[in-house]
Amino acid sequence: MDWQGQKLSEMLMQIMLLVSAVVAFVAGYVMSSFKNMLIIYAASVGITLLTTVPDWPFFNRNPLQWLDPKEAEIHGVRVQKPKPQPQNTSKKPSKASKK
Amino acid sequence: MHSFAYRANALFTFGVTILAIMCVMASLSDNLNTPSPQAEIEVLNINWFQRQPNGNDEVSLTLNISADLQSLFTWNTKQVFIFVAAEYESEKNALNQVSLWDAIIPSKEHAMFWIHTANKYSFVDQGSNLRGQEFNLTMHWHVMPKTGYMYADKKVISGFRLPEEYK
Repeated sequence: MDWQGQKLSEMLMQIMLLVSAVVAFVAGYVMSSFKNMLIIYAASVGITLLTTVPDWPFFNRNPLQWLDPKEAEIHGVRVQKPKPQPQNTSKKPSKASKK
Repeated sequence: MHSFAYRANALFTFGVTILAIMCVMASLSDNLNTPSPQAEIEVLNINWFQRQPNGNDEVSLTLNISADLQSLFTWNTKQVFIFVAAEYESEKNALNQVSLWDAIIPSKEHAMFWIHTANKYSFVDQGSNLRGQEFNLTMHWHVMPKTGYMYADKKVISGFRLPEEYK
């Protein structure tokens, strides 16, 4: 998930929960049913969970633009050569691929 | 760190906070309801009236209890507990309360009723003060909400008197 995606996800989560709470409360009050309020709210929390928690493609529309290693060297950033890994592969090579 | 678990945790925390606010609002919404409960109690018969071997007076009554407590129920009411108590003054105690009958009303549909019953719990005095005793029958109700505070109220029906002689 990129930076814009994180912002979008958090905003979506808050707006969806607030709106569903208002809808659930009004519906429960009108129907005089506390149970219906809880059912509506629980369902919307489920929907919000499915919408904002998994890393959906639409949260990755603005991927980070990493500098090329060569260009980075021009800007004075020291680029480390990846050390040859021993056979032990328990450690993941890079964390940058995710997020 | 902005991971799956972080987002799930944020959603859960915010969701539960909102749920708590909804419960508070549901509790506050009960203030919009102004209950006007009705209750009547009659003593139909004194079945027997005696002195127990240990010296305490005991009386058995047949009661006719009718009530309309529907206005106590709102969308936030779990149940209503009601009991009928005989209340009187004796030399020893300024207020004696003896519970004679009780019931739990689970829903608004059951809140309008009448019942013809002998006292469910025995009406026994601490001593022998019941002959010719004036007493009140009071209906108490305790409203138990789904969320929020419990409250209680009562209706006093006065002007009852026990006979002068055991029977």
